[in-house]
Amino acid sequence: MSLTNERIKERLIEKFGDEVSNFEEPYGMLTFEVPKNMNLKLMQFLYDDEELKFKFLTTLCAVNYPDNKERELAIVYHLHNLIDNIRIRFKIYVDIEKPDVFTATKLFEAANWLERETYDFYGVNFIGHPNLKRILNVDEMDYFPMRKEYPLEDQTRKDKDDEMFGRGGSIGYGTVKTSDDTTIAESEKGNVGEELL
Amino acid sequence: MARPVRFNIHPKQTNIRDNIALADMPEGEQGEGYFATSFEKIVGLARKNSIWPLPFATSCCGIEFMATMGSHYDLARFGSERLAFTPRQCDLLMVMGTIAKKMGPVLKEVYLQMAEPRWVLAMGACAASGGIFDSYSVLQGIDQIIPVDVYIPGCPPRPEAVIDGVLKIQDLVHNENLRRRNSEHYQALLGSYGIQ
Repeated sequence: MSLTNERIKERLIEKFGDEVSNFEEPYGMLTFEVPKNMNLKLMQFLYDDEELKFKFLTTLCAVNYPDNKERELAIVYHLHNLIDNIRIRFKIYVDIEKPDVFTATKLFEAANWLERETYDFYGVNFIGHPNLKRILNVDEMDYFPMRKEYPLEDQTRKDKDDEMFGRGGSIGYGTVKTSDDTTIAESEKGNVGEELL
Repeated sequence: MARPVRFNIHPKQTNIRDNIALADMPEGEQGEGYFATSFEKIVGLARKNSIWPLPFATSCCGIEFMATMGSHYDLARFGSERLAFTPRQCDLLMVMGTIAKKMGPVLKEVYLQMAEPRWVLAMGACAASGGIFDSYSVLQGIDQIIPVDVYIPGCPPRPEAVIDGVLKIQDLVHNENLRRRNSEHYQALLGSYGIQ
Protein backbone atom coordinates (compact mmCIF):
# COMPACT_ATOMS: atom_id res chain seq x y z
CA MET A 1 0.00 0.00 0.00
CA SER A 2 1.47 3.32 -0.98
CA LEU A 3 1.68 6.26 1.32
CA THR A 4 -1.42 8.42 1.76
CA ASN A 5 -1.96 11.87 3.22
CA GLU A 6 -3.90 10.33 6.10
CA ARG A 7 -1.02 8.02 6.96
CA ILE A 8 1.52 10.90 6.88
CA LYS A 9 -0.69 12.96 9.14
CA GLU A 10 -1.06 10.01 11.51
CA ARG A 11 2.69 9.47 11.70
CA LEU A 12 3.35 13.16 12.31
CA ILE A 13 0.83 13.43 15.12
CA GLU A 14 2.16 10.21 16.59
CA LYS A 15 5.65 11.71 16.69
CA PHE A 16 5.08 15.41 17.38
CA GLY A 17 1.65 15.52 18.99
CA ASP A 18 -0.09 18.88 18.77
CA GLU A 19 3.06 20.74 17.69
CA VAL A 20 2.04 20.09 14.10
CA SER A 21 -1.15 21.96 13.37
CA ASN A 22 -3.39 23.56 10.75
CA PHE A 23 -3.63 20.53 8.47
CA GLU A 24 -5.09 21.31 5.07
CA GLU A 25 -5.24 19.56 1.73
CA PRO A 26 -5.55 22.19 -1.02
CA TYR A 27 -5.61 20.40 -4.39
CA GLY A 28 -4.80 17.16 -2.61
CA MET A 29 -1.45 18.31 -1.23
CA LEU A 30 -0.99 17.83 2.49
CA THR A 31 -0.10 21.16 4.11
CA PHE A 32 0.56 21.94 7.76
CA GLU A 33 2.30 24.28 10.15
CA VAL A 34 5.03 23.76 12.74
CA PRO A 35 6.64 26.14 15.25
CA LYS A 36 9.61 28.03 13.81
CA ASN A 37 12.32 26.22 15.76
CA MET A 38 10.97 22.81 14.75
CA ASN A 39 11.72 22.97 11.03
CA LEU A 40 14.98 20.99 11.15
CA LYS A 41 13.67 18.41 13.59
CA LEU A 42 10.65 17.85 11.38
CA MET A 43 12.64 17.59 8.14
CA GLN A 44 15.12 15.21 9.74
CA PHE A 45 12.26 13.00 10.90
CA LEU A 46 10.60 13.07 7.47
CA TYR A 47 13.96 12.22 5.89
CA ASP A 48 14.99 9.40 8.20
CA ASP A 49 11.67 7.71 8.79
CA GLU A 50 11.47 4.28 7.16
CA GLU A 51 7.94 4.84 6.02
CA LEU A 52 7.87 8.55 5.06
CA LYS A 53 11.19 8.88 3.15
CA PHE A 54 10.88 12.56 2.16
CA LYS A 55 14.40 12.83 0.80
CA PHE A 56 14.02 15.60 -1.76
CA LEU A 57 13.54 19.32 -1.13
CA THR A 58 11.57 20.60 -4.13
CA THR A 59 11.54 24.24 -3.21
CA LEU A 60 11.58 26.73 -0.40
CA CYS A 61 10.26 30.25 -0.35
CA ALA A 62 8.75 32.92 1.85
CA VAL A 63 5.47 34.80 1.88
CA ASN A 64 4.85 38.16 3.53
CA TYR A 65 1.54 38.65 5.36
CA PRO A 66 1.84 42.22 6.71
CA ASP A 67 -1.42 42.03 8.68
CA ASN A 68 -0.47 38.85 10.48
CA LYS A 69 1.13 40.47 13.53
CA GLU A 70 4.30 38.78 14.81
CA ARG A 71 3.77 36.11 12.15
CA GLU A 72 4.45 38.36 9.17
CA LEU A 73 6.78 36.04 7.30
CA ALA A 74 5.85 32.50 6.35
CA ILE A 75 8.61 30.20 5.13
CA VAL A 76 7.23 27.39 3.03
CA TYR A 77 9.03 24.09 2.39
CA HIS A 78 7.98 21.65 -0.31
CA LEU A 79 9.19 18.08 0.16
CA HIS A 80 8.90 15.13 -2.19
CA ASN A 81 8.92 11.41 -1.54
CA LEU A 82 10.38 10.08 -4.77
CA ILE A 83 9.51 6.45 -4.07
CA ASP A 84 5.81 6.82 -3.41
CA ASN A 85 5.66 9.99 -5.53
CA ILE A 86 3.88 12.07 -2.94
CA ARG A 87 4.48 15.70 -2.03
CA ILE A 88 3.89 17.64 1.17
CA ARG A 89 4.25 21.25 2.17
CA PHE A 90 4.82 22.78 5.57
CA LYS A 91 5.05 26.33 6.80
CA ILE A 92 6.74 28.10 9.65
CA TYR A 93 5.90 31.65 10.67
CA VAL A 94 8.36 34.20 12.03
CA ASP A 95 8.27 37.77 13.27
CA ILE A 96 9.48 40.19 10.60
CA GLU A 97 11.45 42.08 13.26
CA LYS A 98 13.45 38.98 14.09
CA PRO A 99 13.33 36.66 11.07
CA ASP A 100 15.74 33.99 12.34
CA VAL A 101 15.31 30.45 11.01
CA PHE A 102 17.62 27.44 11.13
CA THR A 103 19.20 26.62 7.79
CA ALA A 104 18.34 23.40 5.98
CA THR A 105 21.66 23.28 4.12
CA LYS A 106 23.07 20.59 6.40
CA LEU A 107 20.26 18.27 5.37
CA PHE A 108 19.71 19.29 1.73
CA GLU A 109 22.45 20.84 -0.43
CA ALA A 110 19.68 22.25 -2.63
CA ALA A 111 18.64 24.55 0.19
CA ASN A 112 21.77 26.67 -0.26
CA TRP A 113 20.68 28.82 -3.19
CA LEU A 114 16.99 28.64 -2.28
CA GLU A 115 17.76 30.13 1.12
CA ARG A 116 19.96 32.79 -0.46
CA GLU A 117 17.06 33.74 -2.72
CA THR A 118 14.66 33.84 0.22
CA TYR A 119 17.12 36.04 2.09
CA ASP A 120 17.57 38.26 -0.96
CA PHE A 121 13.87 38.98 -1.41
CA TYR A 122 12.45 38.71 2.11
CA GLY A 123 15.42 39.16 4.44
CA VAL A 124 14.95 35.85 6.24
CA ASN A 125 18.08 35.24 8.30
CA PHE A 126 19.03 31.57 7.96
CA ILE A 127 21.18 30.73 10.96
CA GLY A 128 24.13 28.54 10.03
CA HIS A 129 23.96 29.12 6.28
CA PRO A 130 27.49 28.89 4.80
CA ASN A 131 27.18 31.87 2.43
CA LEU A 132 24.14 33.99 3.16
CA LYS A 133 24.34 36.88 0.69
CA ARG A 134 22.27 38.25 -2.19
CA ILE A 135 21.95 35.95 -5.19
CA LEU A 136 19.68 37.65 -7.75
CA ASN A 137 19.60 41.35 -6.93
CA VAL A 138 22.46 43.83 -7.10
CA ASP A 139 24.74 43.72 -4.08
CA GLU A 140 24.17 47.43 -3.38
CA MET A 141 20.45 46.93 -2.78
CA ASP A 142 19.65 48.00 0.77
CA TYR A 143 16.18 46.55 1.24
CA PHE A 144 14.22 43.37 0.63
CA PRO A 145 12.06 44.09 -2.40
CA MET A 146 9.37 41.42 -2.06
CA ARG A 147 8.26 42.60 1.37
CA LYS A 148 4.90 44.26 0.97
CA GLU A 149 5.98 47.52 2.60
CA TYR A 150 8.07 48.31 -0.50
CA PRO A 151 6.25 49.30 -3.69
CA LEU A 152 7.27 47.38 -6.78
CA GLU A 153 8.05 50.47 -8.84
CA ASP A 154 11.36 52.26 -8.99
CA GLN A 155 10.86 55.28 -6.72
CA THR A 156 13.50 57.43 -8.38
CA ARG A 157 11.54 58.03 -11.58
CA LYS A 158 9.96 61.44 -12.13
CA ASP A 159 8.99 61.32 -15.79
CA LYS A 160 6.15 58.81 -15.75
CA ASP A 161 2.49 59.35 -14.93
CA ASP A 162 2.44 58.65 -11.22
CA GLU A 163 -1.20 57.62 -11.15
CA MET A 164 -0.46 54.81 -13.58
CA PHE A 165 2.86 53.75 -12.11
CA GLY A 166 2.31 53.36 -8.37
CA ARG A 167 3.94 56.56 -7.17
CA GLY A 168 1.66 59.04 -5.47
CA GLY A 169 -1.75 59.39 -7.11
CA SER A 170 -4.75 58.00 -5.28
CA ILE A 171 -2.71 55.07 -3.98
CA GLY A 172 -0.27 57.30 -2.12
CA TYR A 173 2.76 54.99 -2.44
CA GLY A 174 6.08 56.73 -2.10
CA THR A 175 4.65 60.08 -1.06
CA VAL A 176 4.74 62.10 2.12
CA LYS A 177 2.39 64.79 3.39
CA THR A 178 3.85 68.11 4.40
CA SER A 179 2.51 70.16 7.31
CA ASP A 180 0.58 72.45 4.97
CA ASP A 181 -1.22 69.34 3.70
CA THR A 182 0.31 69.09 0.25
CA THR A 183 1.49 65.73 -1.01
CA ILE A 184 5.00 65.44 -2.39
CA ALA A 185 7.08 62.54 -3.64
CA GLU A 186 9.23 60.90 -1.01
CA SER A 187 12.31 61.52 -3.14
CA GLU A 188 11.57 65.27 -2.97
CA LYS A 189 11.71 65.24 0.81
CA GLY A 190 15.21 66.65 0.90
CA ASN A 191 14.20 69.63 -1.24
CA VAL A 192 11.67 71.09 1.20
CA GLY A 193 12.56 72.53 4.57
CA GLU A 194 12.58 70.36 7.66
CA GLU A 195 9.90 72.47 9.30
CA LEU A 196 7.39 71.53 6.60
CA LEU A 197 7.47 67.82 7.35
CA MET B 1 -2.81 23.27 -68.39
CA ALA B 2 -0.81 26.26 -67.33
CA ARG B 3 0.08 26.57 -63.71
CA PRO B 4 -1.93 29.25 -61.92
CA VAL B 5 0.94 31.62 -61.34
CA ARG B 6 -0.46 34.73 -59.79
CA PHE B 7 2.60 36.72 -59.01
CA ASN B 8 5.67 37.96 -60.79
CA ILE B 9 4.02 37.55 -64.15
CA HIS B 10 5.16 41.03 -65.16
CA PRO B 11 8.53 41.22 -63.44
CA LYS B 12 9.98 44.68 -63.11
CA GLN B 13 13.11 45.37 -65.00
CA THR B 14 15.87 46.27 -62.63
CA ASN B 15 16.96 49.83 -62.92
CA ILE B 16 20.58 50.07 -61.99
CA ARG B 17 21.04 53.48 -63.50
CA ASP B 18 18.85 55.67 -61.27
CA ASN B 19 18.25 53.31 -58.41
CA ILE B 20 21.57 53.20 -56.59
CA ALA B 21 22.37 55.68 -53.86
CA LEU B 22 25.83 57.07 -54.13
CA ALA B 23 27.44 59.32 -51.56
CA ASP B 24 27.76 62.90 -52.73
CA MET B 25 31.23 64.11 -53.33
CA PRO B 26 32.28 66.49 -50.57
CA GLU B 27 32.99 70.13 -51.40
CA GLY B 28 36.48 70.74 -52.60
CA GLU B 29 38.83 71.80 -55.32
CA GLN B 30 39.52 69.51 -58.17
CA GLY B 31 41.43 69.53 -61.38
CA GLU B 32 43.02 67.03 -63.61
CA GLY B 33 44.34 64.17 -61.49
CA TYR B 34 43.76 65.69 -58.07
CA PHE B 35 41.01 66.49 -55.64
CA ALA B 36 41.50 68.59 -52.54
CA THR B 37 39.09 68.81 -49.65
CA SER B 38 39.27 68.98 -45.88
CA PHE B 39 40.42 65.92 -44.00
CA GLU B 40 37.38 66.03 -41.77
CA LYS B 41 34.97 65.59 -44.64
CA ILE B 42 36.79 62.57 -46.02
CA VAL B 43 37.05 60.95 -42.62
CA GLY B 44 33.38 61.61 -41.92
CA LEU B 45 32.38 60.12 -45.24
CA ALA B 46 34.49 57.02 -44.73
CA ARG B 47 33.40 56.43 -41.17
CA LYS B 48 29.76 57.01 -41.87
CA ASN B 49 29.49 54.30 -44.48
CA SER B 50 31.40 51.61 -42.68
CA ILE B 51 30.01 51.57 -39.15
CA TRP B 52 30.69 48.33 -37.33
CA PRO B 53 27.86 47.68 -34.89
CA LEU B 54 28.21 45.72 -31.69
CA PRO B 55 24.81 44.17 -30.92
CA PHE B 56 24.09 44.05 -27.19
CA ALA B 57 20.75 42.27 -27.46
CA THR B 58 19.00 41.06 -24.33
CA SER B 59 15.40 40.54 -25.37
CA CYS B 60 12.69 40.99 -28.01
CA CYS B 61 14.31 44.06 -29.59
CA GLY B 62 17.20 41.75 -30.42
CA ILE B 63 14.82 39.55 -32.41
CA GLU B 64 13.63 42.60 -34.30
CA PHE B 65 17.26 43.49 -34.94
CA MET B 66 17.79 40.06 -36.51
CA ALA B 67 14.99 40.91 -38.94
CA THR B 68 16.75 44.20 -39.63
CA MET B 69 19.96 42.37 -40.45
CA GLY B 70 18.10 39.82 -42.58
CA SER B 71 17.70 39.93 -46.32
CA HIS B 72 14.37 41.77 -46.38
CA TYR B 73 15.45 44.93 -44.54
CA ASP B 74 19.18 44.34 -44.89
CA LEU B 75 21.10 46.81 -42.80
CA ALA B 76 24.14 45.84 -44.89
CA ARG B 77 22.90 48.26 -47.55
CA PHE B 78 24.01 51.06 -45.25
CA GLY B 79 27.52 49.82 -44.78
CA SER B 80 26.87 48.07 -41.47
CA GLU B 81 26.90 44.44 -42.48
CA ARG B 82 29.93 43.63 -40.38
CA LEU B 83 28.69 42.91 -36.89
CA ALA B 84 31.60 42.31 -34.62
CA PHE B 85 31.24 40.61 -31.29
CA THR B 86 34.21 42.23 -29.68
CA PRO B 87 33.83 45.79 -28.39
CA ARG B 88 37.41 46.63 -29.29
CA GLN B 89 36.67 46.60 -33.02
CA CYS B 90 33.32 48.33 -32.99
CA ASP B 91 32.14 51.89 -33.55
CA LEU B 92 28.51 51.60 -32.58
CA LEU B 93 27.09 49.97 -29.46
CA MET B 94 23.51 48.94 -30.15
CA VAL B 95 21.73 48.25 -26.87
CA MET B 96 18.55 46.34 -27.59
CA GLY B 97 16.35 45.16 -24.78
CA THR B 98 15.79 45.37 -21.05
CA ILE B 99 18.92 46.05 -19.04
CA ALA B 100 18.58 44.80 -15.47
CA LYS B 101 20.43 46.72 -12.78
CA LYS B 102 22.70 43.75 -12.36
CA MET B 103 23.59 43.96 -16.07
CA GLY B 104 24.49 47.66 -15.74
CA PRO B 105 28.17 47.24 -14.80
CA VAL B 106 28.59 44.69 -17.61
CA LEU B 107 27.18 47.11 -20.16
CA LYS B 108 29.41 49.88 -18.88
CA GLU B 109 32.45 47.62 -19.11
CA VAL B 110 31.60 46.82 -22.73
CA TYR B 111 31.28 50.54 -23.45
CA LEU B 112 34.62 51.24 -21.82
CA GLN B 113 36.31 48.56 -23.90
CA MET B 114 35.26 50.26 -27.14
CA ALA B 115 37.83 52.56 -28.70
CA GLU B 116 37.03 56.20 -29.45
CA PRO B 117 35.27 57.37 -31.49
CA ARG B 118 32.27 55.37 -30.31
CA TRP B 119 28.55 55.88 -30.57
CA VAL B 120 25.66 54.38 -28.65
CA LEU B 121 22.18 53.62 -29.89
CA ALA B 122 19.40 52.70 -27.44
CA MET B 123 16.77 50.63 -29.20
CA GLY B 124 13.29 50.22 -27.78
CA ALA B 125 11.41 51.47 -24.76
CA CYS B 126 13.34 49.37 -22.24
CA ALA B 127 16.82 50.47 -23.25
CA ALA B 128 15.65 54.07 -23.54
CA SER B 129 13.62 54.37 -20.33
CA GLY B 130 13.05 51.03 -18.62
CA GLY B 131 9.81 50.69 -20.59
CA ILE B 132 7.05 48.77 -18.88
CA PHE B 133 9.55 47.41 -16.36
CA ASP B 134 9.15 50.21 -13.85
CA SER B 135 10.58 47.93 -11.22
CA TYR B 136 13.20 47.59 -8.52
CA SER B 137 15.35 45.30 -10.64
CA VAL B 138 15.46 47.12 -13.98
CA LEU B 139 17.68 49.99 -15.01
CA GLN B 140 15.44 52.93 -15.91
CA GLY B 141 17.17 53.72 -19.18
CA ILE B 142 20.77 53.00 -20.12
CA ASP B 143 21.56 56.72 -20.14
CA GLN B 144 21.88 56.39 -16.38
CA ILE B 145 25.21 54.63 -16.89
CA ILE B 146 26.51 55.50 -20.38
CA PRO B 147 25.92 58.44 -22.75
CA VAL B 148 23.49 57.68 -25.57
CA ASP B 149 23.52 59.29 -29.04
CA VAL B 150 20.26 58.07 -30.57
CA TYR B 151 17.10 56.63 -28.99
CA ILE B 152 14.70 54.52 -31.04
CA PRO B 153 11.22 54.45 -29.47
CA GLY B 154 8.90 51.47 -29.87
CA CYS B 155 8.11 48.22 -28.14
CA PRO B 156 9.75 46.77 -30.10
CA PRO B 157 10.51 49.21 -32.93
CA ARG B 158 9.92 48.11 -36.51
CA PRO B 159 13.01 47.35 -38.60
CA GLU B 160 12.30 50.56 -40.53
CA ALA B 161 12.70 52.45 -37.28
CA VAL B 162 16.00 50.71 -36.59
CA ILE B 163 17.25 51.66 -40.03
CA ASP B 164 16.12 55.22 -39.41
CA GLY B 165 18.04 55.20 -36.12
CA VAL B 166 21.18 53.93 -37.81
CA LEU B 167 20.80 56.65 -40.45
CA LYS B 168 20.58 59.22 -37.64
CA ILE B 169 23.81 57.79 -36.24
CA GLN B 170 25.31 58.09 -39.72
CA ASP B 171 24.37 61.78 -39.78
CA LEU B 172 26.09 62.27 -36.43
CA VAL B 173 29.17 60.40 -37.62
CA HIS B 174 29.26 62.32 -40.87
CA ASN B 175 29.03 65.74 -39.30
CA GLU B 176 31.12 65.18 -36.24
CA ASN B 177 34.00 67.54 -35.67
CA LEU B 178 37.28 65.63 -35.60
CA ARG B 179 38.22 67.46 -32.42
CA ARG B 180 34.98 66.77 -30.61
CA ARG B 181 36.32 63.79 -28.67
CA ASN B 182 39.12 65.93 -27.28
CA SER B 183 36.89 68.83 -26.32
CA GLU B 184 36.28 69.87 -22.75
CA HIS B 185 32.57 69.55 -23.34
CA TYR B 186 32.91 65.88 -24.28
CA GLN B 187 35.26 65.19 -21.38
CA ALA B 188 32.71 66.78 -19.06
CA LEU B 189 29.99 64.55 -20.50
CA LEU B 190 32.04 61.43 -19.85
CA GLY B 191 33.01 62.82 -16.47
CA SER B 192 29.35 63.06 -15.51
CA TYR B 193 29.18 59.27 -16.00
CA GLY B 194 32.33 58.72 -14.00
CA ILE B 195 34.33 57.88 -17.11
CA GLN B 196 37.39 59.87 -17.96
